[in-house]
Amino acid sequence: MIYSASPLAVIIFFVFVAAVLGISFYFAKRTKSSKGYFAAGGTIPWAVNGIAFAGDYLSAASFLGICGMIAIAGFDGFLYSIGYLAGWIVAMFVIAEPFKRLGKYTFTDALDSKFNSKGIQLMAGISTLIVSLFYLIPQMVGAGALVTPLLGLPHWVGVVIVGGIVIFIVSTAGMKSTTYVQFLKGTLLVIFSFVVVVLVLNKGITKNPSEDYHQFITMTASEAEASGYTITGEHTDNGRTFVEAENEGTRTWWELKTVRGKEVLFETLSITEDAEGNQLYNGAPKEEERFYSVGHVSEIIQDEISVDETGPLGPFRFLSTLEDSTVVRFPSLIFEHEGEKIQLWYQEETPGSKVLRPGLKFKVDEGSTPISKLNFVSLMLALFFGTAALPHILIRYYTVPTPGAARKSTIVAITTIGFFYILTLYLGLGAMINGVIDVESSNMAAPLLARYFGPVLFAVISAIAFATVLGTVSGLIVASSGAVAHDFISNFLGTKLDDRKKVLAGKIAAVAVGLIAILLGILFKGMNVAYLVGWAFAVAASANLPSILMLLFWKRTTAQGIIASIITGIVSALGIIMLSPDMFIRYGLAPEKAPFPLSNPGIISIPLSFLALIIASLLTQKKAGEKVSQEVN
Amino acid sequence: MDHSSSTPFNEGADVIKFKTRIGIILFFIYAAVYGVFVAINTILPQSMKINVLFGLNLAIFYGFLLIILAIIMGLIYNAVCSRKERQYEESNL
Repeated sequence: MIYSASPLAVIIFFVFVAAVLGISFYFAKRTKSSKGYFAAGGTIPWAVNGIAFAGDYLSAASFLGICGMIAIAGFDGFLYSIGYLAGWIVAMFVIAEPFKRLGKYTFTDALDSKFNSKGIQLMAGISTLIVSLFYLIPQMVGAGALVTPLLGLPHWVGVVIVGGIVIFIVSTAGMKSTTYVQFLKGTLLVIFSFVVVVLVLNKGITKNPSEDYHQFITMTASEAEASGYTITGEHTDNGRTFVEAENEGTRTWWELKTVRGKEVLFETLSITEDAEGNQLYNGAPKEEERFYSVGHVSEIIQDEISVDETGPLGPFRFLSTLEDSTVVRFPSLIFEHEGEKIQLWYQEETPGSKVLRPGLKFKVDEGSTPISKLNFVSLMLALFFGTAALPHILIRYYTVPTPGAARKSTIVAITTIGFFYILTLYLGLGAMINGVIDVESSNMAAPLLARYFGPVLFAVISAIAFATVLGTVSGLIVASSGAVAHDFISNFLGTKLDDRKKVLAGKIAAVAVGLIAILLGILFKGMNVAYLVGWAFAVAASANLPSILMLLFWKRTTAQGIIASIITGIVSALGIIMLSPDMFIRYGLAPEKAPFPLSNPGIISIPLSFLALIIASLLTQKKAGEKVSQEVN
Repeated sequence: MDHSSSTPFNEGADVIKFKTRIGIILFFIYAAVYGVFVAINTILPQSMKINVLFGLNLAIFYGFLLIILAIIMGLIYNAVCSRKERQYEESNL
């Protein structure tokens, strides 16, 4: 799609960025100690910390990725909301308070609290860096996706802008400024998402989303011939037939179906790329704007009667009406045709009852296999156990004064995040039926839905989304810089750094991690950010959670067991991801050639990590002599 | 090596033990409810289209339930733990 910058959006965006930088400057003057830099001095009130938790957690994955996935895959996208929220249960009931009691600045502090082991310090620090980088990738991808419609700039520019601002924020003021940025954007994100949902419900469901929504052409073969179309190519895929038709020098792709004995052509969206990399959008250069945003309802059944529009609907009635209606989705396929690469999106009428239950993305129903079901279970397992193992979430327990405050801030976070995740269902479905989906990037569904309701809302929502990325990336970079300065340089290498030098080392690390994140954000352009975060959760759940849980609840845990668990978790989770069908697509290879059939590693890597910890701990009982009490407290 | 907390605080061992036990019990309850949800999605996906309440199918209803249940259980957990902490503080005055 072609996006042009809205002056209002640009102004509001820069006001937000200025506010964020202002907060950073303000706190930079007050942050002198390492305790202040890495843990905000442990002085953040629990209510503020709770909202900041939400601001930290409601990242690009939640706002951009989940809404986008719901917009294209319905309920399957909402499964991410459910899984992400459920993960907080582990954090709240099992991790929050013990973690606060154990550590000082970083995740490693807690793991190493009873052992003082160089191996733990090194491996936990590495694990923090890897998980944070995995989590950073989708945030940067989201930043790039946002900047295109907001400022009319290329994807990579967005990544560089976010990277640059965040490096500045983190390298100036650390955790306190990060906390208040997250608090601000968390509050605004929930409020304005609620506003968009109210507008979606107030509008209800309509067959014609807007006056300028593209009316997709359907014509019989004889009508096409009479209009001057000539069939110039054909491709079949999974029983579907697509034909290339040329008219007045423009070649477009159509789906060919037989309806009541007649051959009928249905318009599709397509991007054709020749050997030199030149692209045509629906047969024309992108600038001609023949590539449309999509998503509509073809039949609406309200109270068992077919209607053209429903008018305002309540939240439950919206869902039940949509379930009885028929949605036109645009699945995609990619194929080669006469030396050209074709990416095509075709219309698929989907009953609402299928949209609002599992199966459109995760193959657990029609067309499922044992592997596809295992993949789904693996994802849900990683989401459940991943949250409590994310270093940038865990360090937030050090910013509050007491374990009780850690618990209370987690509850504030769950309430805020839970409310937001219910909103994501309406945001995603609203995008699905209101013709705002950019098929090239599902990540933009929520901001484009806001644009559907007016430029002001779009500008505010986009600026908040940008701040969302800023806040989350800031938190991740603080966690990473803590791993380098505190865990690696100070603890592992034993370099004696005074407070000022420790903060300086953290800032240098923040710049380095930020630069790596910028590079990865550019490389992973186009992938759904919620899906990418699913991988970060899997790596975190595999590398970190077994160690945390066993340290807390198994008295025979040893330092060697923890080290073995972290190494096994990282290697197995990363190995499975790198050899997965999804990564093979990324490598430009056929996914069926991937040596490992699962794309979500959790179901293999989490048990392996537990197993490694148990075996290594049992083997090193006498040697290490390091038993921890069942109650580390 | 200094791994001590960044801020000082004082808690009784009994209070900690109590809160840990309550937390684990609530965790297993929620994990079971979540596990059933994943199992239904995997083994009986067709049952997710059954209309349950307010015109919502089982998939949506169960999804909302999991989110709201997490909030309610969190509030219960906090209320119970806070009461215990208050009792401890009062007994140590």
